Amino acid sequence: MCTTCGCGTDDVKIEGGNAGHGHGHEHVHADGTRHSHEHQHAHEHEHRHPDDPAHGDTHETDEGYTHSHAPGVSNARRVQIEQDILSKNNAYADENRQHLAAHGILALNLVSGPGSGKTTLLCKTISMLAGLPVAVIEGDQQTSRDAERIRATGAPAVQINTGKGCHLDAHMVGHAMAQLKLQDDSLLMIENVGNLVCPAAFDLGEAHKVVVLSVTEGEDKPIKYPDMFRAASVMLLNKIDLLPHVEFDVDAAIGFARWVNPQIRVIRLSATRGEGMGEWLQFLRDGLASAVAAKQETVDSLRQRIAQLEAQLASMPAPG
Amino acid sequence: MHEMSLAEGVLQLIEDAARQQRFATVRTVWLEIGQLSGVEPEALAFCFEAVTLGSVAQGARLEIIRLPGTGWCMACSRTVPMNEVFGECPACGSHQLQVTGGTEMRVRELDVT
Repeated sequence: MCTTCGCGTDDVKIEGGNAGHGHGHEHVHADGTRHSHEHQHAHEHEHRHPDDPAHGDTHETDEGYTHSHAPGVSNARRVQIEQDILSKNNAYADENRQHLAAHGILALNLVSGPGSGKTTLLCKTISMLAGLPVAVIEGDQQTSRDAERIRATGAPAVQINTGKGCHLDAHMVGHAMAQLKLQDDSLLMIENVGNLVCPAAFDLGEAHKVVVLSVTEGEDKPIKYPDMFRAASVMLLNKIDLLPHVEFDVDAAIGFARWVNPQIRVIRLSATRGEGMGEWLQFLRDGLASAVAAKQETVDSLRQRIAQLEAQLASMPAPG
Repeated sequence: MHEMSLAEGVLQLIEDAARQQRFATVRTVWLEIGQLSGVEPEALAFCFEAVTLGSVAQGARLEIIRLPGTGWCMACSRTVPMNEVFGECPACGSHQLQVTGGTEMRVRELDVT
């Protein structure tokens, strides 16, 4: 069962397919990198937990602790795990990232609170990038309304409904990528579930998280939801055409974002009026050009290596 | 945040280990949760209890080891304690801090039978 996305246990749905099981493709599971091993204590030592095991389930302890075992009494033992809780998700994300790199695809993970204008921004972006291949993965708890809006622009889109889930994870995105049959040298835009908290922790294999903040929200969101603004490399300040009508301090918003993340790049734009879209589109074109160049470099170096090996083979004396 | 997914992730690691190392019951689970990881230990414990029902880890004690938040202050050129991801340097007040510790979310070890 895939507990990373809960498929099989709850109601994650991917258009045109089903995340719940019967996988159509293989995953390299994190097992490959596992380094857990058995660890038996051959002696008894004292229990020194400060808390009493009889009360409740959660105990916060200091980092140092000891624990007792009674070997021979039962087969009680200590098993070392030493694995990141998100290691499964991260293994799927690495797999997605390798696939994207091998095909020269720039993938961006768009995150924001609900109502920041992500879908409108995507529709505008697709129409303004006319000719450049863009595919979209839409994440929402319910409905395929957003994917339908994207498909109306002519771009391929797959909707993931997370059901009760509050974020996309790398496993769902891997399924959706397979569904989309992505073109080489293209853009993949992943619109995450509208939520400024949970998606911050889940790597999907994207090149960058792009956080969208609109001027109809509070300018202090970057410090209210610091994890997200810290995880993002770009902040799009959207709906700037509404600035005359709202009380939103642009400098304060950018200041808060840089306080949380000094490296964050800020682009101010209005998806509906077009202001600032040029800078955003240039960012996408530059990113795509780098992804394509990186792929080409890999291909070129592989070709060079093949040529070298062939030359070596040719210069070897014939057997016998 | 997303404590339910994290609890499921913990259970998945436990179930993998149970298959590989052949144990049937988990008595105690030690997690390392950094102070800057955004995880609420209480919520995680609640979710853990819910997702482990009927599994090898049903009824297991959850021990959460909090690891302190630390950051590198660029102004002071040294490691300082951090209580929030956008904290300020306790020595010089600078916000130019790079988080260096406290974002951990790991399963450390299990006591099993």
